Amino acid sequence: MKFTLSWLKDHLDTEADAATIADKLTAIGLEVESVEDVGARIADFTVAHVVSAEKHPNADKLKLCMVDTGADIVQVICGAPNARTGIKVVFAKPGVTIPASGDVLKVGAIRGIESRGMMCSERELLLSDEHDGIIELPADAEVGTPAATALGLDDPVIDIALTPNRGDCASVHGIARDLAAAGLGRLKSGAVHKVPGKFKSPIAVTLQFAPDTKAACPLFVGRYIRGVKNGPSPKWLQDRLRAVGLRPISALVDVTNLLSLDRGRPLHVFDADKLVGNVHARLAEDGEELLALDGKTYALDSAMCVIADSNTARGIAGVMGGEETGCTETTVNVFVESAFFDPVSVAATGRKLGILSDARYRFERGVDPEFVIPGMELATRLILEFCGGEPSEIVVAGSVPQWQREIAFRPDAVKRLAGLDLPLQEITRILTNLGFTVEPGTPLKVMPPSWRSDIDGAADLVEEVVRIHGLEHVPSVPMARPHAIARPVLTAAQKRLRSVRRLLASRGFNECVSYSFIPRVHAALFGGGDEARQLENPIAADLDAMRPSVLPSLLAAAARNQARGISDLVLFEIGAAFDSGLPGEQKTVAAGIRIGAGARDWSKSVHPADAFDAKADLLSAIESAMGSAMTAPVRAGAAQWYHPGRAGTLALGPKVIGQFGELHPRVIAAFDLKGPVAGFEIFLDAIPEPKAKSKARALFAPSAFQPVERDFAFVVDARISAEDVLKPARMVDRALIESVAVFDVYEGKGVPEGKKSLAITVRLQPKDKTLTDAEIEAVAQKIVTAVTKATGGTLRT
Amino acid sequence: MPDVQALETSVLNAIAGASDEAALEAVRVSALGKKGAISELLKSLGGMSPEERKANGPLFNGLRDRVAAALAARKTALGEEALNARLAFEKIDVTLPARPEATGSIHPVSQVLDEVIAIFADLGFAVAEGPDVEFDDYNFTKLNIPPDHPARQMHDTFYLKEQADGSRHVLRTHTSPVQVRTMLKQKPPIRIIAPGRTYRVDSDATHSPMFHQFEGLVIDEVTNLGHLKWTMEEFCKAFFEVDEVELRARPSFFPFTEPSVEWDMRCDRSGGQIRFGTGNDWLELAGSGMVHPRVLEMCGIDPSRYQGYAFGAGIDRLAMLKYGAPDLRPFFESDLKWLRHFGFTALDLPTLAGGLSR
Repeated sequence: MKFTLSWLKDHLDTEADAATIADKLTAIGLEVESVEDVGARIADFTVAHVVSAEKHPNADKLKLCMVDTGADIVQVICGAPNARTGIKVVFAKPGVTIPASGDVLKVGAIRGIESRGMMCSERELLLSDEHDGIIELPADAEVGTPAATALGLDDPVIDIALTPNRGDCASVHGIARDLAAAGLGRLKSGAVHKVPGKFKSPIAVTLQFAPDTKAACPLFVGRYIRGVKNGPSPKWLQDRLRAVGLRPISALVDVTNLLSLDRGRPLHVFDADKLVGNVHARLAEDGEELLALDGKTYALDSAMCVIADSNTARGIAGVMGGEETGCTETTVNVFVESAFFDPVSVAATGRKLGILSDARYRFERGVDPEFVIPGMELATRLILEFCGGEPSEIVVAGSVPQWQREIAFRPDAVKRLAGLDLPLQEITRILTNLGFTVEPGTPLKVMPPSWRSDIDGAADLVEEVVRIHGLEHVPSVPMARPHAIARPVLTAAQKRLRSVRRLLASRGFNECVSYSFIPRVHAALFGGGDEARQLENPIAADLDAMRPSVLPSLLAAAARNQARGISDLVLFEIGAAFDSGLPGEQKTVAAGIRIGAGARDWSKSVHPADAFDAKADLLSAIESAMGSAMTAPVRAGAAQWYHPGRAGTLALGPKVIGQFGELHPRVIAAFDLKGPVAGFEIFLDAIPEPKAKSKARALFAPSAFQPVERDFAFVVDARISAEDVLKPARMVDRALIESVAVFDVYEGKGVPEGKKSLAITVRLQPKDKTLTDAEIEAVAQKIVTAVTKATGGTLRT
Repeated sequence: MPDVQALETSVLNAIAGASDEAALEAVRVSALGKKGAISELLKSLGGMSPEERKANGPLFNGLRDRVAAALAARKTALGEEALNARLAFEKIDVTLPARPEATGSIHPVSQVLDEVIAIFADLGFAVAEGPDVEFDDYNFTKLNIPPDHPARQMHDTFYLKEQADGSRHVLRTHTSPVQVRTMLKQKPPIRIIAPGRTYRVDSDATHSPMFHQFEGLVIDEVTNLGHLKWTMEEFCKAFFEVDEVELRARPSFFPFTEPSVEWDMRCDRSGGQIRFGTGNDWLELAGSGMVHPRVLEMCGIDPSRYQGYAFGAGIDRLAMLKYGAPDLRPFFESDLKWLRHFGFTALDLPTLAGGLSR
């Protein structure tokens, strides 16, 4: 919502300048987006008269001018082709800063002749890109006065961002009312006088709605004015419209725009001779079309309200008029429409048709229902003033919709909600100045004015009081501390997530945060891409599927980095993976990838990322989340996006808590990635909550007796897994055997075809005595027996 | 009678001339070995008369001790030489790079969230979470935005495909539905922050279709705008790690709060950087207000007894401001160079004791 300072002063008696007004507007909730004050920017430039202009003795294209600045006559060298004797110009004296360049003008010599000032082009003043010549001011511009005044640019333009609840401030009068209430001046009367009708309107108006849809238009007012002469509107009106970014069209149209901006009252003026029969408001018929004033044809439907004559729809109610019945220069008789349309209906129609208009802007925020008829009277008066003609009596269909309501208000609510201690008379004063009626009593009875449809409860009244009194007066009050020393607040799951995040970063992973939506083709590779997880209105065609896994986000990120020449990547993300399109059916996943053949390294210490890297990442992350060792065994195989022979799954009972491995070559190819990719996914919600336990650690009781290590190598079928060998060995004597570990796996010379040698080391830790050789031998024998029995292998000798 | 003097000279010369441990050992054997020259001399003492023994004993023993000492000294010297030779041989080029190790990083969004949590945890705010896909009811209706309300249009909502029952779920446009969920299941007093991913159909340098918010909610019997003001001031000082901030409160409009207030912070943008607490610019920080009585009512809380404030701010936005990232979009592009430039190390866990940032 834009307006000029002088326009505001038509409604507000104030001495305040634009900056003061702008600050106050923002302070009371009418946020100022910009103050365009050209006058202030070019305040140093004045009107001057070119007394003479002759050719520069030393240059063909320069002129030597004598310029009357009002204070004295100075010599100025000028290169503009239009610099000539007799014109009035915009003059800058030495010391003035030129807006376009930011340079301070100095007394200079051009081609050997002194120049004591400058005559400016529009571009030099940042008024436009025009630089073909200097500005020529009207001949009656007074020498020595500010150039801004002569240019008609001395009226600052203020633009405010209106919140959707403040329809009343979509008008200069409404803004003035708020400012007056806030103490920045006195609101001038907006009283409107009736214009008596001279004859009965030849066009009647009716409302044609079913009982359940009549709220769309409760009041429709019309007036016939005959014998008008349309033409340009007066200069002051044109200037005003231009200043706020509107194009003057004709007196009749400009009047409607003026009323809309000045009073927040949208109107429409039909060329009465183009209407057929009477006028009514009704819902559109499905399939009905209208060529609107913007030159576009809109397809209407039965949820939209239209203004129609006997033939067809002539305007989209509250949104835009029709082209065919619009006013032109030849219009002689007009029919003026002033109506009240339902905000919700106008908003829905405008949204559906994609029309943003000044009328919609106001109707959807709610216009003043009591100003429908005064708006008509004011418009009539202006049309008669600008275009002549003779008005009919007003025709009215429907009635002003009920807006009166009473709010029981306990003034201590101001203290209770806002912490602001205000005397009753200050609260009453503010509300009264805003147009509220306040009846004394306990509680107070407060009636909002007709233009404040947004107010419906005590909290709204508190807001009115606080914003006008000033939010800056609200005292800052410390919050009570629930505990003298803060207690921990994070849940076990939150601590787990945090720990996994920092652990992975410490292992060299770079954390990514990716969109939760990914291309459908990528989702399909990870078990998603189904209709239920598709977005109805994606921001881009390839960001349409809620991701079923975090891995595709990381793979896409890796591919983007590879395209930028970074081949080795270690990335992770912790975020949601979506199991369906339903609220709550998502899981929190920590996923990571290692990709690339390894940096080219002189020490040859780097190897291409493989499943065992991913396994180490997975286990260390899970262990950091659990705060204890992960002892559950890994089983071979994982989801379809992993390499079928190089992936594993970690589960606690039926709960899968993670999977890892090399990714499937098909997946790697689909992302156009170079190099093997090892990855893992940890399902953080599936990790069991730690059991509540004492902070004290278990008793530290290391055995006093020497541990013993024995190595065994077994020749087993190649298909036998390490775990097949380790488990029976471990089970031989769980008290005595502290650990069992693989230290060598060998296939090749010396081992039969189809077999492999698997060497393990077993560490025995006696608790109560030193082991004898015989006891060690007995355990070793049991281990050999157990493993060979379980695996069908033999002890390698 | 051998010439003891000559023998000594000869042995000591041999010791000095031994070039390695093997040669030295050969000298030792030839002098002090079982059949060594000096051993023979010592043996010969047994066959001498007491007078001869008395004269030769000290002579021979002295010879043996000096030779033994010379042998030991030479052995030490040779060992030293051998070690020096080995050390010289073992020299490496220490200017070669260390073995490569991947350097990890924490995303600024995570880091800033940890900073925010550190601050609010100190005031007893718990961290509440909720799903990204939400019911229309929780995202809008229970927040006093009925289906036909124009304010819905301000939200640029992402919708999922229509369900079989005709309902349409949304990607939450703010984390306010977490407030709703909290109020529905927890009785006052409530103090939470609700951080998380939020979504709007919007994309430019300062808008992304996905971004992060944290909202605060306090519900009890006394909390008012004054407490909100104090919270905003204290949060800003703590978060931006400055001694003073100047905040500006602007009345605003949100359907779920009444009165509604937006907070701006004084800053100085001159010189291509942002400094806080000084200058003539204002920076939008957070939207807030007193929770609308209708929202309380719809969430099962009696508005005649309970009241409180809610606020919301952008986590990514705070990260941009505090750490000087001018563009929002790269936050979600995972460009390794960007991640490293704006990232934090694993050990940079923000604490109030140690400061939120280094």
